[in-house]
Amino acid sequence: MKRIFMAGLVGLALLASTTVRADVESKDPIKLTLHDWTGQLLTTNLMGEVLKKAGYNVDYVQADYIAQFAGLKTGDLHVAMEIWETTGREAMDEATATGKVENLGETGMQAIEEWWYPAYMKEKCPGLPDWKALNDCAEAFSTAETAPKGRYLGAPVTWGGFDDERVEALELDYEVVHAGTDAALFAELESAYQRKAPILLWVYAPHWAPAKFEGEWVEFPKYSSECYTDPSKGINPDMAYDCGKPRGPIWKVSWAGLKDKWPGAYKIIKAFNINNEEMGAMVTAVDLENQKIEDVVSRWMSQNEDRWKNWISQ
Amino acid sequence: MTKLAQQLAQSRNFWFWTTLLLVSWVLSTYGRDLAKAVDAKWLIKFPAAWRIPMKGEISAAMSWLVEDAHFGLFTVTEATRSITWLLEQPYQLVLSLFASGFYQGVGQDAVLVFPALSWVFVIILVMAIGHYAKDWWLSSLVGIAFLYLAVFGQWDSSMVTLASIAIAVPIGVWGGILLGIAAYKWWIVELALRPLLDLMQTIPVFAYLVPILFLFGFGPVSALVATIIYAMPPMVRITTLALKSVPTELKEFSLMAGCTPRQTLWKVLIPSAKPTLMVGVNQVIMLSLNMVIIASMIGAGGLGYDVLASLRRLDIGGGLEAGVAIVVLAIALDRVSQAFALQRSPDRPLYAGNSTTLRIMNYPRTLIVLLSGGAIFAIGSFVPQMQTFPEAYELTTGAIWEDVIRTINVNFFDQLEAIKTTLLSVFLVPVKRFLGGIPWIWGLLAVSLIGWRVGGWKVCLLAFLLTAFIIVNGLWAKAMTTVYLCGISVLIACVIGIPVGILSALNSRVDRIVSGIIDTLQTLPSFVYLIPVVMLFRVGDFSAMIAVVLYAIAPAVRYAAQGVRSINPQLIEAGIVSGCTPFQLLRRIRVPLALPEILLGLNQTIMLALSMLVITALVGTRDLGQEVYIALTKADTGRGLVAGLAIAFIAILADRFVAAGANRAKQRYGYES
Repeated sequence: MKRIFMAGLVGLALLASTTVRADVESKDPIKLTLHDWTGQLLTTNLMGEVLKKAGYNVDYVQADYIAQFAGLKTGDLHVAMEIWETTGREAMDEATATGKVENLGETGMQAIEEWWYPAYMKEKCPGLPDWKALNDCAEAFSTAETAPKGRYLGAPVTWGGFDDERVEALELDYEVVHAGTDAALFAELESAYQRKAPILLWVYAPHWAPAKFEGEWVEFPKYSSECYTDPSKGINPDMAYDCGKPRGPIWKVSWAGLKDKWPGAYKIIKAFNINNEEMGAMVTAVDLENQKIEDVVSRWMSQNEDRWKNWISQ
Repeated sequence: MTKLAQQLAQSRNFWFWTTLLLVSWVLSTYGRDLAKAVDAKWLIKFPAAWRIPMKGEISAAMSWLVEDAHFGLFTVTEATRSITWLLEQPYQLVLSLFASGFYQGVGQDAVLVFPALSWVFVIILVMAIGHYAKDWWLSSLVGIAFLYLAVFGQWDSSMVTLASIAIAVPIGVWGGILLGIAAYKWWIVELALRPLLDLMQTIPVFAYLVPILFLFGFGPVSALVATIIYAMPPMVRITTLALKSVPTELKEFSLMAGCTPRQTLWKVLIPSAKPTLMVGVNQVIMLSLNMVIIASMIGAGGLGYDVLASLRRLDIGGGLEAGVAIVVLAIALDRVSQAFALQRSPDRPLYAGNSTTLRIMNYPRTLIVLLSGGAIFAIGSFVPQMQTFPEAYELTTGAIWEDVIRTINVNFFDQLEAIKTTLLSVFLVPVKRFLGGIPWIWGLLAVSLIGWRVGGWKVCLLAFLLTAFIIVNGLWAKAMTTVYLCGISVLIACVIGIPVGILSALNSRVDRIVSGIIDTLQTLPSFVYLIPVVMLFRVGDFSAMIAVVLYAIAPAVRYAAQGVRSINPQLIEAGIVSGCTPFQLLRRIRVPLALPEILLGLNQTIMLALSMLVITALVGTRDLGQEVYIALTKADTGRGLVAGLAIAFIAILADRFVAAGANRAKQRYGYES
């Protein structure tokens, strides 16, 4: 609440100095969804600020990442700023197929998700980051419960990712343990990192973890869609999933009615574009340097005035 | 019963349980090979072809309800959306009053008309309420509690949470009272309500969040509805119970005095049941606060959101402070509502203002509150510190907690790991294997047999039907994982909790410490300690078990203490006179006599353990809780409800079995027959 209130204040203050606002189609607030990871909060707040500059009213609504599609279909919610190719594709395709939800294109950020290890593990397993080294170091990555197999901490089951299949297809001597949430996943990483203990886990970017902890992604055979669908392709002739995870864009989506109700806002949201480095720096500022989201957002706004003015005026 | 018959019954009992256990063990261990030998795999794995696709049908029914169903003039969705609108008005009002302030206009054109209540004024207000409810002690306790919220920077979020509590609790209470009255008046309502209430209390909230979102839209109202559904059942039960226990003489007297039935109900029965009703109010407040975290996942914001967001950043201190703010709110509201419950109605009627002493006593306090309100509002316009607590003076303990966890983690991890590995290999894994290996067909038979043994054919039939539901939905394996995780946790909770409870009943100093810890454990959102537990014990069953034990231990302690305390002191004295040592007193008198209460506590422990399952799904267990959680994130109504029902059925069966056991214990010791 405080954040929204503050964001509103910041908006008002900025408004007094620079007035770019034109008359807008509807004064009704455009509802943007907030989820529970910092990057998404930042993207959404940036978008919200830009829309405010253009004269639109904006409301932020907390909603679950997947469950929000129900609201986007009915028009309860209007814009979702981060749907990841890697985790949200299925739900997004299902929703856009109904015709009630529209894909507004890429945000410009690329999602990376892959097996990751901290840099100190390279001493124990010099063959890394090549995936072929994994089997030689299975012992080094093992715990009492999994020994002699290595332990790989996967993402929550709901994120998909096909790690169980990958382990089988690439004949890795690893056991996949699924964390239940994002928080649990990084709690284990933090714990292991403090002790310099072995750990191999799912890490994604843009996120604060790759900025805070030194480490690398394992290099698997490059992803291709045939590798996932056609067993005969790839290293293992009998099985699919014998390659790394796809990397892909992070998408913006909206309620299909947005285009008619706020045509100007629709164009601005489509034009919105930001890259991984910018986002990574902002996430780091918020999560590691304890800066406030609204401060980070307003700094970006003042440093990139040309860019967002361009989105509005095009 | 003659002694011989008693012995016979006991030995029969012994043989029943031993045989059951042995057969289960043999089938669990060799069942797989056996089935392979006779080439009948369906004995082990329930054939997919026999499954009844209930989840698909429920999902289909749900989308029909949302998209097509109507009552002639308007659709179901329109009806629920108008309820949303109706609930949203008072909520917005309270929210503006406590947190956001009143604005004129929309969005950027909005102008602040009237600010939210100042923190100083809210503290004065709650202190006045505390004083009105009881005395200066309560007043200062409540004052300190709210001061904590301001000093630790939790004020804004707390007020958002308080606003939703302020709407959810009255609706829960009044809805509960009305339903309770209906159940008291018409037996058919009571009959219909009982299973419904059982389900409302045992189906995990996650299971019905998705349909609620569909019907009531995104936002705080859906969270309110979920909170009310979760928090109302105890109020209904307590209302019916309270009305039933009003002495019949009182009712007859009021009818003789010429009251209409309506007058009898509202002027005589309800006021005289007030102390018991206030217990219900207290329960509604506590359960509403329990829902804060889950409600924040679907848009309620407030403290719950702060807890989740901090822990996502692994800011353990931040999560703990927000969690403690919930505890502090709970304690303040709990103590005040209990003080109101203990107020004796004749001396201080709640509504009537006609007694002269009351008027004199009441006025100065109200006056002070009003005057200070005006003064603060006036000063607040010039001095912003009065309006919002100055950020520079806010405290945080964040870094300390982080260091504590780090120190434990770096220095003691190996020792902890050793303990964990031992416990896992000698206890958890064997039990998991045993339960997981039981073939479904024998499971069905065994559960029915237990039902028949403890409660006759009725319980047997119930056991058969509920277990069959789980099996035909293809959830047998997950159900057994659930039973394993809950069973182990309940066992550990009892092994620790019951002795602690007995000890705290015998020693008042221990009691004070223990009850403080238990209050905190019950209201502190479990997510707060789940993350440090994961850091120390890694993702898996063991971490989940610790979280479940911490949450479910409270009733084990409380009921054991209550049982020991409520023993007739004459019996203890008789024991002392006949020369019992303290240990003998405990073993021969206290524990056996407290057994029915202890079993009730066991029952509650099981319920709480099951309700924690959905939370432990967040650390990666593979049970019914995970199934519900997956369904939630995939917005799959049918899947979530079916898994939720499966959990509810396990809870109902455990409840019936333990209740039957408690009855027997009562009879055996001639406690109440």
